[in-house]
Amino acid sequence: MAANPILELRGIDKSFGPVQVLHDVGLSVYPGEVTALVGDNGAGKSTLVKCVSGIYSIDAGTVTFEGNQVAVHSPRDASALGIEVVYQDLALCDNLDIVQNMFLGREKTRGITLDEPTMEQMAGDTLASLSVRTVKSLRQLVASLSGGQRQTVAIAKAVLWNSRVVILDEPTAALGVAQTAQVLELVRRLADNGLGVVLISHNMNDVFAVSDRIAALYLGRTAAQVKATDVTHSQVVELITAGRSGNLGLPPEKPSEYIDITPGDDQ
Amino acid sequence: MSTTTTGSAGKVQVAKPTVASHINDYWGRVRGGDLGSLAAVLGLLVLCLFFGVAQPDTFFSALNFSNLFSQGAAVVFIAMGLVFVLLLGEIDLSAGYASGVAGAVMAVLLTNHGWSWYTAIPAALVTGLVIGFVLGFLVAKIGIPSFVVTLAAFLAFQGVLLVLLGGGTNISIQDDFVKDLANSNMSVSVSWIVAILGIAGFAATQFIRVRSRASRGLVTDPLGIVLGRIVGVALVVLIATAILSQERAINPAINSLKGVPVVVPILAVAAIIWTFVLSRTTYGRHVYAVGGNAEAARRAGIPVDRIRISVFVIGSFMAAIGGIIAASRQSSVDPRSGGSNVLLYAVAAAVIGGTSLFGGKGRIIDAVIGGTVIAVIDNGMGLMGFSSGQKFMFTGVVLLLAAGVDALSRRRAAATGNR
Repeated sequence: MAANPILELRGIDKSFGPVQVLHDVGLSVYPGEVTALVGDNGAGKSTLVKCVSGIYSIDAGTVTFEGNQVAVHSPRDASALGIEVVYQDLALCDNLDIVQNMFLGREKTRGITLDEPTMEQMAGDTLASLSVRTVKSLRQLVASLSGGQRQTVAIAKAVLWNSRVVILDEPTAALGVAQTAQVLELVRRLADNGLGVVLISHNMNDVFAVSDRIAALYLGRTAAQVKATDVTHSQVVELITAGRSGNLGLPPEKPSEYIDITPGDDQ
Repeated sequence: MSTTTTGSAGKVQVAKPTVASHINDYWGRVRGGDLGSLAAVLGLLVLCLFFGVAQPDTFFSALNFSNLFSQGAAVVFIAMGLVFVLLLGEIDLSAGYASGVAGAVMAVLLTNHGWSWYTAIPAALVTGLVIGFVLGFLVAKIGIPSFVVTLAAFLAFQGVLLVLLGGGTNISIQDDFVKDLANSNMSVSVSWIVAILGIAGFAATQFIRVRSRASRGLVTDPLGIVLGRIVGVALVVLIATAILSQERAINPAINSLKGVPVVVPILAVAAIIWTFVLSRTTYGRHVYAVGGNAEAARRAGIPVDRIRISVFVIGSFMAAIGGIIAASRQSSVDPRSGGSNVLLYAVAAAVIGGTSLFGGKGRIIDAVIGGTVIAVIDNGMGLMGFSSGQKFMFTGVVLLLAAGVDALSRRRAAATGNR
């Protein structure tokens, strides 16, 4: 287990117009570990991911990658660093096959023609490194794959490029029991291969099944980032729903932070 | 599947295909709703048998066979361009009149301004490129639906054609080179040389592909299937060449007619180039990707807008070639050039051949096969003495049938998880 985080976010602020979505958010991702990012709807998980992947720009704060402070302005910057995001809706083309999808937008060419043998070989090697041993054909259309297999292709696409950090947005949301287990196993294997993995999930069972660390967001703030072994299921739920659990989490709001909206006497 | 032999792709074990499993897979795809060109090929056989029985003397004559090519060529060229547009799920309703405008530009420059063919033809092609760029820009950058943009262009180009032709006169073409494009034949010996070279080239590319995959340890198509493909193509090409090499003039003493029409190799070259572009280049891969899932393509860093503009450019460029061939065949251009049934025949050709109206699925060969179906219907019904009205009605029904097959196979594919 490495001591230094591969990706570290500190003091991230992000506003959309008058609405501040992220307040002073911090997150550390360690190589070889799965960091679960949990939080209720609207807590800012997706916004944070989009800030890391360069879709949104941050208003304040620092992003440190392998000890160097970096600026991520576009998805291309993020992939250049080795940060890949697997989006919830997968972003695969149904009418293309597995190899074609994995190399989409970054095709290998020889002269002006596509270098299909090289691509097929690399795709096969990557799938094998994820212990996907049997597919009927790498030339199968993605349309004919099951949900779990599609998720596998999407993840394989993300690790094909020697990525260092893979962020998975709700990878098991649409899957059945058996396929969820397969995908979680794959997520674990990514971390075991030395990558930093961020798993966004609503499902506490999934979170406890694979993650080493849990970072909870509450209304745009980091409630806590803890080791998974140090907390219980119900503590995490409390962190998500209330922002604190016992001595963990955000400090109780001071009375001065309340805005009195009860009808006053001055009327 | 009880296949026990496995091959490797990288380090992943995959089932090694055999001739039987290959045929099985194909049948599985067909049952799963991925018909490809099967419906069109079967339809073509049925139509040929029907017309052959109804008009045995004329339909199967060598003269009529060569007529099919010159009648269908212009539509097939336009349809090839439309395949690109349809692959993105867009439509180009102005392709017919765009071809008319390009033909008129060439004719006016040749006849009224005394240009020679080697400047007039490029001018017509550039006209096509410019038209395509404008259409594509309006669709991709301004965001007007392609249906509306090209419907407006359909009317506007009709007007451009009238203006170019000075209010409806017929401009005849005297240039021999241009007239020969659609009307002359290669000599018999040249025909055979071209045919043999074509077959040899096809066989070579097939074998090179198998060799290069096998040398990397990747699974290859079984030898039986590869040989079957080569023999099939060779048979079709050789039989067609043999028929076209016969004397087909009614009075050979006056004007001998034999050899493959010049337009056939031009068609073949266009089909090969565009097939190469679609299936072997990054650009082609991106066209399919944008047609299949534009959002995924955008996230993969593909310039979606530029791809969208480019397909309209290719569409109108091919329409311009179609317009040149049509003008050559008639040796003239008039205000109805590219109008009437040309557009619908071209769209029908692409769709009947198996290109989906919903985007993401289609090949260049679809345009050729579908165009042949259209040409056979038009030609056969003409021989049987049906009027234009009856031909239009029947072609309309065939187009609806093809679009219906497309829509139903899409539903079937969705149900079986094939697409």
